Amino acid sequence: MPGPFIEDAQIEHARKLAEEIVNPIFDLIRRNTTVSTERTVLRFFGISGAGARGVPLANLMVDKLKAAGVLNKGAAYWYGRALQLGARSPLEAVERLTALPTDKLGPLSPEQEHTLREEVRAEARAAMDDLKARIAQRNALREQFPMSPAPHKYVIVATGNIYDDVDQARAAAQAGADVIAVIRSTAQSLLDYVPHGATTEGYGGTYATQENFRIMREALDDESRKLKRYIQLTNYSSGLCMSEIAFCAAYEKLDMLLNDAMYGILFRDINMRRTFIDQYFSRRICALAGIIINTGEDNYITTADAYDAAHTVIASQFINECFAKRAGLKDWQLGIGHSYEIDPYRDDTLLLELSQAMLVRRCFPDAPLKYMPPTKHKETDIFFSHAYDVMADLVAIWTRQGIQLLGMMTEAMHTPLLADRYVALKSASYIHRAARGIDEEFTVREDGKIANRAREVFGKAMQLLQECRDEGMVAAIGKGHFGDVKRSETGGKGLDGVLEKAPDYFNPFLELLEAA
Amino acid sequence: MVKPSKQIIRPYGDRRDDGVVQLSFTLPVPLSEKAKEAAAVFTKKMGFTDVKVAAAERAADNYTFFVIYARSGMYLDYAEIDVPEVIVKKMSFDDLNAFIKEKVGRRIVVFGACTGTDTHTVGIDAILNMKGYAGDYGLERYPWFEAFNLGSQVPNEELIKKALAKNADAILVSQVVTQRDVHKDNSRQFIEVAKAAGIHGKVQLLLGGPRVDHKLALELGFDAGFGPGTKPSDVANYIVHALLKKQGKEPQDMHYQGEPK
Repeated sequence: MPGPFIEDAQIEHARKLAEEIVNPIFDLIRRNTTVSTERTVLRFFGISGAGARGVPLANLMVDKLKAAGVLNKGAAYWYGRALQLGARSPLEAVERLTALPTDKLGPLSPEQEHTLREEVRAEARAAMDDLKARIAQRNALREQFPMSPAPHKYVIVATGNIYDDVDQARAAAQAGADVIAVIRSTAQSLLDYVPHGATTEGYGGTYATQENFRIMREALDDESRKLKRYIQLTNYSSGLCMSEIAFCAAYEKLDMLLNDAMYGILFRDINMRRTFIDQYFSRRICALAGIIINTGEDNYITTADAYDAAHTVIASQFINECFAKRAGLKDWQLGIGHSYEIDPYRDDTLLLELSQAMLVRRCFPDAPLKYMPPTKHKETDIFFSHAYDVMADLVAIWTRQGIQLLGMMTEAMHTPLLADRYVALKSASYIHRAARGIDEEFTVREDGKIANRAREVFGKAMQLLQECRDEGMVAAIGKGHFGDVKRSETGGKGLDGVLEKAPDYFNPFLELLEAA
Repeated sequence: MVKPSKQIIRPYGDRRDDGVVQLSFTLPVPLSEKAKEAAAVFTKKMGFTDVKVAAAERAADNYTFFVIYARSGMYLDYAEIDVPEVIVKKMSFDDLNAFIKEKVGRRIVVFGACTGTDTHTVGIDAILNMKGYAGDYGLERYPWFEAFNLGSQVPNEELIKKALAKNADAILVSQVVTQRDVHKDNSRQFIEVAKAAGIHGKVQLLLGGPRVDHKLALELGFDAGFGPGTKPSDVANYIVHALLKKQGKEPQDMHYQGEPK
């Protein structure tokens, strides 16, 4: 571990502040549900199909319940009612329920209500057992074919066509990649539904669908067996369907998800309440499924200046960690995000980047961490760009990053060519091999540039946390403290999908996940 | 006009006119002697001579990556290269921000929305939102732009009212749905509202969408139109130059790279 730089007590204090910041948001989370949370409940029950024109059945059913003004009792309750009406399959349940006139949806007798809930709970437990069995299969494969030592080399595929993605992903795995990320189609995060089926056309990426997840995981399982090295798969649980994507990913045995408590609010202009509620349920699912989340603090310093805003990254990491822990995630599941983004034409940037990465490591000693490469100051001179990426490789191994997204020399130009990934993987492997253990050989002087900079950044992060605690998270975001982006509590997309829970709200999956 | 004299040039590697070129590419075959020869043949087919396959690497089971040095017999007369007067190059994110700071001296206010019945925010989000499009940052990310994205299904009247309240320099109208030319009808209505509000010809009015081009936008009464493939930086550069022209800080006939045509 590089240097103490700061006292343990200061780090404990930062955690306490984060908890006080997050506490009031949990009132909001407890009181409300969202259309996407309710759709996730239906997906748990196996309602994963789509109706006419590809509209997911979960959307059809939830929209109908919302229009009838009864969704606040929970989709699970109405699923139970549909079963009581004699539905024999999830599809039939949807059909029966969406055909009912609103006045037929009044309460049953207390005994009937009780029985209904017990029946639905029993079914929920069965669905949960099914999910757990699938996750156990994934874990068995992971044990059979252990992964390479960290940092796990993470590369992106983004062809728009899931079958082309499979070819690229297999090639990347053969060239040494440990984690494959399939980038989503542009603006999928703003869709209030999860598209259905295998897809072959996307813009800037490939749609995240349950079937696409299945196709890619199957290919990577096959590749893992061939290479005798488990290859991880990741996707994006962000936007308006955080928890639905988390469920699809858990069910299809994904290993990681990009999942941030605030990214959607700041960078996608998704409503704050919607995001805070959705992130909780999505993280509960990740906690159960042993999915590693990747947080998105690296984005702050692509908008704000990486040197000036370094402390916002640290402050946000404590907040993200707190949200994650409250949702049951363990330290090993926290791919806390940060990046190598300081303007390379400044002096001392290697020292500054080391300082920042060492500080993150110091604050989160047991988390894998997720290190991101330079993007903002990338140049189209691919030879310089490649050298620039290699410096990030060095910082990653020096600070024992668990997950490292590799920079591409063509970053500023186009989605990576097959050879770009190969070149990045070859040199990252070299640097990791060459410098493993370097942190144990060199101690960082407590009175030098690295330590002083770490103390300065941490001090500012504490001030910001203090301010967020005193004024509240909502006000802090409103002032543009994170990523220089200002958002209001009632602005952004998706607020109309937030509903206050009825007193008899019912969600057996949340009960099971919270009890787990 | 005197025609300039000839100036023959070739690529320069180590010595003048050696014609040395470096290439790299991938072939979808496993690494082998045959694959190397295939790379050499491919390079010769492109007209190169003295082909040296410097590196042939197994990029994956069925892909080989090559780095090649070769010579080209081609030459050209530099004097005959005719590039239309691109006076200003398209500026990068940092350069453009610095340029606004220096020339305009304040943040440029931009409003945008997908107006009428259109619910598709993909276009306006790509141009305005932080994240941007294809690695090109949206206007929200530029510190020297103050960008407001009002989203979709915004009435034309409301967009103009809100833009007026903040003294907007530019208003962006996005139109994605084009069934029965609804985008043209709605765009015409926008221009009528703009004229009634007295901002036509004063505030920059820009139209964007997959079926929009500059010519159509001009016909409809907008100042500029942006079609498919437009990046946020194209729009940002346009707005800055158009504003400087309006303020008389740049000549009316000044041209720059990537301006809508």
